Amino acid sequence: MSDFWSMGGYARYVWPCFGFSGIVLAWNVWAARRLLNAARLKAARALAMTASEAR
Amino acid sequence: MWTWFYKLASPPYVFGVAAALMPWLFGAAALAIGYGLVAGLGIAPPDYQQGEAFRMIYVHVPSAILSVTVYTIMATASAVALIWRIKVGHAVAAASAPIGASFTLLTLVTGSLWGRPMWGTYWAWDPRLTSELILLFLYVGVMSLRSAFEDPARGDRAAALLAVVGVVNVPIVHFSVVWWNSLHQGATIVTLEGPKMPGSMLWPLLSMWLGFMLFYGAVLCIRVRGEVLNRERQSAWVREAIKS
Repeated sequence: MSDFWSMGGYARYVWPCFGFSGIVLAWNVWAARRLLNAARLKAARALAMTASEAR
Repeated sequence: MWTWFYKLASPPYVFGVAAALMPWLFGAAALAIGYGLVAGLGIAPPDYQQGEAFRMIYVHVPSAILSVTVYTIMATASAVALIWRIKVGHAVAAASAPIGASFTLLTLVTGSLWGRPMWGTYWAWDPRLTSELILLFLYVGVMSLRSAFEDPARGDRAAALLAVVGVVNVPIVHFSVVWWNSLHQGATIVTLEGPKMPGSMLWPLLSMWLGFMLFYGAVLCIRVRGEVLNRERQSAWVREAIKS
């Protein structure tokens, strides 16, 4: 098992490489969901403003 | 014949299709990336020259292919938006830019990490590396230009124009290793003689590539929904969608 983690002496390059990839994938999901939630909030606010102006 | 094209130009249709596709794309991406990781890290044999360091190929190459593919999709969507004045085109381009930029950065970082043990340096002003860096600057430029205008429609048009002009860099990235002397290795997968890798190394790579493409599709679906909502929030169909 330690052979696997040592990656033939290249662990300091291989694991950061995969670690940074995981960070980029996770950031993409988080940022996309944040954008969609913010857009939903803005749309809901716009709807509420239109409703209050109509009253 | 053109019905599908007109449907794709309809924001409510795109909003609904993106919502339906997203979970399937995420599921398929998780399967493909999961298999690619297990087979790439645990089953594929070490390279006879690079040893275990070659395993960085399983994230570097898929992200590099994605970086140019996303740019091409962004430029195509921008061209469609400019030529046919289709607003969804701008939404797709705006949604693609941050995803493409993040995968271009990933390509540069993983390439640097791979370059240090193989070339003895994290960075060299090599044609492939430099053109990939220019690609990152183009993504940043497109995103900055879009947000630089008070009028979003003008920002969309300016960003679309830069995206279309910048597509000239895509073939430069791809052929840089052929046109100029380069530290970077040439094509390994798509060659006239066929792939230069044995199946035990190739299949995990193809699986990771497919997984990254599916992941892009899934994230694009979320972002496109957000962009469409932002652009259409005064529309009746958005009001109905928010109410329900």
